[in-house]
Amino acid sequence: MAVLTPTRPDAPTPVAASGRACVVAFWVVAVTVPLAFLGVFFAWPVAVMIAKGFVVDGQLDLGGFADVFSRPRTWRIIGLTLAQATLGTVLSVLLGVPGAYVLYRHSFRGRSLVRAFVTVPFVLPTVVVGVAFRSLLVEGGPLGFLHLDGTFAAIVAALVFFNYAVVVRAVGGLWERLDPRAEQAARALGASPWRAFRTVTLPALTPAIASAASLAFLFCATAFGTVLVLGGLRFGTIETEIWIQTTQFLDLRAAAVLSVVQLVVVAGTLIVAGRARSRRERALGLTLPAASVRPLRRRRPAGMPPGDGHALTLVATAVTAGVVLLLALPLVNLVVRSLRTADGWGVDHYIALGTTEGGLTVTVWQATLNSLRVALDATVLALVVGGLVALVVSRRPRRTVGRRAVAGLDALFMLPLGVSAVTVGFGFLLSMHHPLGLPVDLRTSPLLVPIAQAVVAVPLVVRVVLPVLRAIDPRLREAAATLGAAPGRVLRTVDLSIAARSLGLAVGFAFAASLGEFGATSFLARPDRPTLPVVIFRLIGRPGPESYGMALAASVVLAVLTAGIVAACERLRAPGAGGEW
Amino acid sequence: MARIHSLIAVVGIAALAGCSAIGSDDPAPSASAGTVTLVTHDSFALSDGLLDAFEEESGLTVEVVQPGDGGALVNQLVLTKDAPLGDLVFGIDNSFASRAVDEGVVAPTDLPDAYGGALVPVDYGDVCVNVDHAWFAEKGLAEPVTLEDLTKPEYKDLLVVPNAVTSSPGLSFLLATVGAFGEDGWVDYWTALKDNGLKVADGWSDAYFTDFSGGGGGGPRPIVLSYASSPPSTVPEGGTEPTTGALLGTCFRQTEYAGVLEGAANPDGAQELLDFLLSDEVQEDIPVSMYMYPVSRTATLPEAWTAFAPLATDPFEVSPEEISRNREAWLAVWSETVIG
Repeated sequence: MAVLTPTRPDAPTPVAASGRACVVAFWVVAVTVPLAFLGVFFAWPVAVMIAKGFVVDGQLDLGGFADVFSRPRTWRIIGLTLAQATLGTVLSVLLGVPGAYVLYRHSFRGRSLVRAFVTVPFVLPTVVVGVAFRSLLVEGGPLGFLHLDGTFAAIVAALVFFNYAVVVRAVGGLWERLDPRAEQAARALGASPWRAFRTVTLPALTPAIASAASLAFLFCATAFGTVLVLGGLRFGTIETEIWIQTTQFLDLRAAAVLSVVQLVVVAGTLIVAGRARSRRERALGLTLPAASVRPLRRRRPAGMPPGDGHALTLVATAVTAGVVLLLALPLVNLVVRSLRTADGWGVDHYIALGTTEGGLTVTVWQATLNSLRVALDATVLALVVGGLVALVVSRRPRRTVGRRAVAGLDALFMLPLGVSAVTVGFGFLLSMHHPLGLPVDLRTSPLLVPIAQAVVAVPLVVRVVLPVLRAIDPRLREAAATLGAAPGRVLRTVDLSIAARSLGLAVGFAFAASLGEFGATSFLARPDRPTLPVVIFRLIGRPGPESYGMALAASVVLAVLTAGIVAACERLRAPGAGGEW
Repeated sequence: MARIHSLIAVVGIAALAGCSAIGSDDPAPSASAGTVTLVTHDSFALSDGLLDAFEEESGLTVEVVQPGDGGALVNQLVLTKDAPLGDLVFGIDNSFASRAVDEGVVAPTDLPDAYGGALVPVDYGDVCVNVDHAWFAEKGLAEPVTLEDLTKPEYKDLLVVPNAVTSSPGLSFLLATVGAFGEDGWVDYWTALKDNGLKVADGWSDAYFTDFSGGGGGGPRPIVLSYASSPPSTVPEGGTEPTTGALLGTCFRQTEYAGVLEGAANPDGAQELLDFLLSDEVQEDIPVSMYMYPVSRTATLPEAWTAFAPLATDPFEVSPEEISRNREAWLAVWSETVIG
């Protein structure tokens, strides 16, 4: 298959022509498959749902805009959404960047455990986090003296709790591969450690930070359960308002207007983040993680001169230790409460997980198995679709039109994170009965659940893989081509093999997102195979302390499961996998 | 290198083959004569084996889909009425019954007592204010009895209720106050409650387990909005009496209905399943599995219920039509008054 005769890429020989046709075919597939997936399982349902609000008796009626915008409540809600999301994002980034530094540039005992641990909040069902947070903050609770219950600050804290891992993982993934020699050179030329960080490392990290920040912003802006449980309607957001208008009032007009507002906010965010990224994005000197990771030491290593940045490391370590401790508080609280029984302490609730007590249709273990199976499907789907998107988006076409198209594609696949789960969920119901004229009712099919979760996991895969692909020096590809590799082989040996190294991180992220997904899925008619978050939600909504205790125990199971899987996925990208680069 | 390639190959093949871990061995849900699909809320449950026995006896296969609670359930049915999600719906309550009937979601029936000639009552229960006996005994404070008592200064900062907009018992309590104080009086009552330190939690479980002192979570507030059927589950191990009680003068009656969906693929199967829900077998299981009272007069109640979960003799009432007409307006005023 490989063409070994030396040719220049712009002067194809007849042999290379068939290879070129293959490559063109590959790119066509790489663009159309993801677009078709997104179109059928996201754009179409959302469009159907929004159209339902704007089309009355076959007539387009945009009167809803004037109506909704004349309510002062609408403006307050938009303001609160932006304020919460901005604060949540800024704090997540400020805390997450030092976290990425400590957890991905240093080695210490138990590092993979801590890395897995910080991911746990990301997947916990919001109802459970609500319980864990509120029982800490409630008057008379362990942190009751802070008087934070039901405040804006409590919501922001919870948003950071959820999104810290997003920043740490997305930034850490790039940082650990960043060649330390550029920074070392700056230091050798006399820059202070802080200055070297600011002028060399930070600009190199900006694309990853912008990427993580846009993810965190979208998660914060569409947070639903957290906002309701911790702040109630006082701090309602666009997302909670869409939920109320759709599920309680059936005011589809207002819901459609709000969905459009949400789309505008999200698109605006993506454009800003995209600009920040592309200005800074360039080929970086990447290296193997092993080369850039240093052991974490409290004392300055022998022979290291003062003013070498050891103080910066210590500050970052202290901040990270503080954050990990704060993350642990609600989680420990959850474990403690899951062990509290009617007459003291014990593992009764964990034993009950093997039964269908508490009015369940399946045991918690069966639900766990369902969750794993759904997550497996969703992860495979997300990897294929997200991998293709990342590959396409990582190209830098010479023409402006091409560059714009690529940027547009990138933003398009982020949209599912920023659009209300209610709109998507109800949209599925309206559009998935005989989709595309096929004689299947996807609405009640178990297949729709992994598909819905994959739609949400795709942007995560793209965000993890893309910075790595984009940082590939184009000269590497040119060199391969000059040495005679056909375009297909260049793709395989350069792009794919480098991207595969971030695969572990992407798999872990996608799997975790799927395990915890409780947005659109909660509105799907889920036949007889409830997932773990669904079972937890049902248990917690039922009267009786046994159901409640089981819900908490099941949440602990979900947390442990997630941490375990994330840790295992990290091992997938052991440095042994292709060390020649 | 080989490892990466094999990994990519595995992932690719898995995707191409379309093999799926969740759906692979699943029979396509079809509307064949042998299958009946029950659309219900998240709290639907029956004791082990009951549904299996029904399937065996009738030869039908029952699929249960649970697309949400309360309003979400009814609204989904309204939106999908041209291509219904199933054959039988169970769990529409009196606060949304009128919408379901007006929108023509359920097919007419000739069963007596059917609401709007279509929705058949299956179970009912009372949403009432509950108190933590132990807390009041310890403080030496008399327990409140009526709705009016809750606005008295001695009960300041003691009450927690779930949000009326986001939770169905919360809405029921709002309706109780409308029933008690009338169209003109309920807003003033809520203003008084708010001035007396009312706390609004998001959902029932949040209020009962986090804020309420008697729910096992050790919260700070001894008065909570819950159900008349809540006290039996607070009988301590080895004890004989529950540590909480319901104030029967503060209740609103919630009725849950079932009905055959208009356009059902299997209306006969749906009718059979409805009859099964109304049989004493299921009716006697409802208190155990769903914490509601059976409509059947011949069904026997669990002992703890007859002892500790009496129903209100004279609950507050608001007709479904009136609820349907005013729900949005009431909730808007409620939000403005209570949440601000």
